[in-house]
Amino acid sequence: MSNVKNSSEKIKEISGANPLKCMKCGKCSATCPAFNEMDIKPHQFVSYVINEDIEALVNSKSLYRCLSCFACIERCPRDVQPGKLIDAARQLVVRKRGQNYLVPDEIPALLDEETPQQLLVSAFRRYRR
Amino acid sequence: MQRIGLFVCHCGSNIAATVDVKKVTEIMAMEPSVVHSEDYQYMCSEAGQEKIIQAVKEKNLTGLVICSCSPRMHEATFRKAAQKAGLNPYMVEIANIREHCSWIHKDIEEATEKAVILARAAVAKVNLNTPLKPGESLVTKRALVIGGGIAGIQTALDIADAGYEVDIVEKTPSIGGRMSQLDKTFPTLDCSACILTPKMVEASAHEKINIYTYSEVEKVSGFVGDFTVDIRKKARYVDMNKCTGCGACMEKCPSKKNLSEFNRGLGNRPAIYTPFAQAIPNVPVIDTEACIKFKTGKCGLCSKICAAGAVDYEQKDEIISQKYGAIVVATGFDTINLDKYDEYAYSQSKDVITSLELERVMNAAGPTKGHLERLSDGKHPKEIVFIQCVGSRCSDDRGKPYCSKICCMYTAKHAMLIRDKYPDVNVTVFYIDVRTPGKNFDEFYRRAVEQYGVNYIKGQVGKVIPQPDGKLLVQGSDLLDNKQILKEADMVVLATAIEPNPDVRKIATMLTASIDTNNFLTEAHAKLRPVESPTAGIFLSGVCQGPKDIPETVAQAGAAAVKAIGLLAKDKLMTNPCTAQSDILLCNGCSACANVCPYGAISYEDKEVNDHGIRETRRVAVVNSALCQGCGACTVTCPSGAMDLLGFSNRQLISEVDAICL
Amino acid sequence: MSIERNDQFRPKIVAFCCNWCSYAGADLAGSSRLSYPADVKIIRVPCSCRVNPMFILRAFEKGADGVILCGCHPGDCHYSTGNYYARRRMTLLFSMLDYLGIERDRVRVEWVSAAEGVKFSTTMNEFVDSVKALGKNVRLGDLRCKN
Repeated sequence: MSNVKNSSEKIKEISGANPLKCMKCGKCSATCPAFNEMDIKPHQFVSYVINEDIEALVNSKSLYRCLSCFACIERCPRDVQPGKLIDAARQLVVRKRGQNYLVPDEIPALLDEETPQQLLVSAFRRYRR
Repeated sequence: MQRIGLFVCHCGSNIAATVDVKKVTEIMAMEPSVVHSEDYQYMCSEAGQEKIIQAVKEKNLTGLVICSCSPRMHEATFRKAAQKAGLNPYMVEIANIREHCSWIHKDIEEATEKAVILARAAVAKVNLNTPLKPGESLVTKRALVIGGGIAGIQTALDIADAGYEVDIVEKTPSIGGRMSQLDKTFPTLDCSACILTPKMVEASAHEKINIYTYSEVEKVSGFVGDFTVDIRKKARYVDMNKCTGCGACMEKCPSKKNLSEFNRGLGNRPAIYTPFAQAIPNVPVIDTEACIKFKTGKCGLCSKICAAGAVDYEQKDEIISQKYGAIVVATGFDTINLDKYDEYAYSQSKDVITSLELERVMNAAGPTKGHLERLSDGKHPKEIVFIQCVGSRCSDDRGKPYCSKICCMYTAKHAMLIRDKYPDVNVTVFYIDVRTPGKNFDEFYRRAVEQYGVNYIKGQVGKVIPQPDGKLLVQGSDLLDNKQILKEADMVVLATAIEPNPDVRKIATMLTASIDTNNFLTEAHAKLRPVESPTAGIFLSGVCQGPKDIPETVAQAGAAAVKAIGLLAKDKLMTNPCTAQSDILLCNGCSACANVCPYGAISYEDKEVNDHGIRETRRVAVVNSALCQGCGACTVTCPSGAMDLLGFSNRQLISEVDAICL
Repeated sequence: MSIERNDQFRPKIVAFCCNWCSYAGADLAGSSRLSYPADVKIIRVPCSCRVNPMFILRAFEKGADGVILCGCHPGDCHYSTGNYYARRRMTLLFSMLDYLGIERDRVRVEWVSAAEGVKFSTTMNEFVDSVKALGKNVRLGDLRCKN
């Protein structure tokens, strides 16, 4: 249990976002270009973090469907930054593997046919920021 | 040294049960300046007060200390008693030995000891008390209302009906405000103009009301009861006294294609115009930026056509200086600028409009003569999408953090009216929450859903994408179905957040009325004084204080009027004598005090000073005691220690500290 | 009259309370019979911004062991901005206290509204306890001019 709490805190820490600011308007999901590809939708991500349901998050396909286009961050009226939460969850998975980064050789195994190329591009974009 | 009389109240057993009142009386009798010390059952009773009066007379007392309940209870009572005895009422201090002593302690010895210390502190303070006299100021029996919308009109009518002169200052060429732009009003669907126009006529016909339209407040000085206001009457270039309002000039004006402010830029008006047909006064103004005569010197058609000879191109702005006792701010609101909300394509498509623009579209006198049509191609829309909370409830700098309050209801109204008039049109509303607190409000909203079949979807819209065929693709969330919706619409209506009229900041500064981070005027107390500004003599009416609908605005307008009348009914105002005072010998004119004063009570004057034989003129701070509320912010700020607060002077407070720490 | 009933240390504590919120809060604590130690003596001021930090230093000079300043909650000031000024001044005073070597915990700023009798009483209890824990204030007391 405390482990779950930790990872929820960790997600908040990495992302710097405060999910409690969310007023559940759904604008993030409304604006998301990858919405239909996701199993956990951007607006749900916020409440999953609030409810500390991290297990579901780290196993979610959404982590690798998010394009990191930041439209949700841009348009969120409450500055919740769902995109950054998704990003943080993704990092949590990576770090669990004992590193801070993905080894290039590993990447092909993580990709499936449906993974948009843009994901890689946007990942670089994120790290450039 | 004062000759102090000290009285210890038993308050029945409230004090006497825990504090040894006899002992307190005895100990205090030994204090150097105390010449009379006695205890009594109930000091606040008639008999108790009589004891005070007698002692003052017999022992020639100059100060009083009453050890009793909280000064918040009976300070006024004892001050009155002192006055009866011929003593200055401000020579009384209370030692609070009930709420702050007997009621919270159980140990008699401990409580008695504390009571003595509290009494000593009070004695120490009284020793330094000086007789204070509340100032008096005369009240000018005239009120100014800034803003001629429904709030201003209602306030003016109520004040005028009570028999006082009222001036309304309105920036635009006509009174009427936002309400005159509305088509229908919720929840009764009254026609807005039908209920507003009679009020406008009543105000203009009222013998006690004087309306300055096309005018702005330029300068405010003075204080409660005695404000002096300069009003700039902008040149209309039409003589108000000669014009008959026939409208021939407007018809003949060749410069016709100027965006109508009244129609929110959706329609045109001539260069010489009245904003709308029922305008009051029904006297046009000339827009010099659009007028050919003003731009090129040629034309002058309106002057030639005017049978009354009212057009006067030489007219100049006029400054009117007038005195007022009370000022009511009723500056209203505007919708926010949508430049930062590019995702809704407001600037890209003519068919994305704000709700206020829809009001004009729906209005029979509006740009489309009341026909619901797309502004881009004039076609009848089949699918209309309403987006709620555009700019409201935003914590980022794009929008406003508050709920605009009126949008849920007017959207239900719009949806209902459209479905009623055009059953072939589908109406979809994207909402986050539907907020309908108000009499018959939720019933109204439910009618829109149940009776008129308006489709409410819980979820915000992410973006609106104009399509090549002129349609608008709306991409939104349906949170209850957990779906992303793509919907083609012919028109999109944005429930745009409202904000206080941008001019209010300027006005608030002139009035030294405080304003919050959202530019709403602050009330004196959020619950108990909701229509007064903390600045005395300034009252708040309508949306300038916070978002509200018409009934609330009218109610608040009446409340503001009553408060203003309460002030105007007085001939003189008693001012709080505990005000700041500057010692001109110490003041170095640095302005630090004026900067912290929330009331603008401190000004600077060049005064002749005699500083130990050196005569010179210095710039020194002067406190207007009618404006000063006695907070004391300036006294601490003053670097030279020139500022002090009467009744709570540095020496008095230090003597209390000393007495407690001794 | 000093009563030395036992050897227990009784601190001298001065509380400055603004007239509109905290003094009324103290009154409410009284009428609700919410006790706090008799060591606390309240001085009424119109607003927390009337309290010159010099008053607080004066109190220490004269032998006070703790000083607490109570005002309206931020945003609720009767004079709209007074408590903001007070807050800023007190922040500066704290660094001054560091300089003087007086423990910061001997001074406290607390916002107590007229409705918070309970808060007033608990605040005073806590404050007295923390001052008691610090013991007698000697730093400025020793330096003062004995008169």
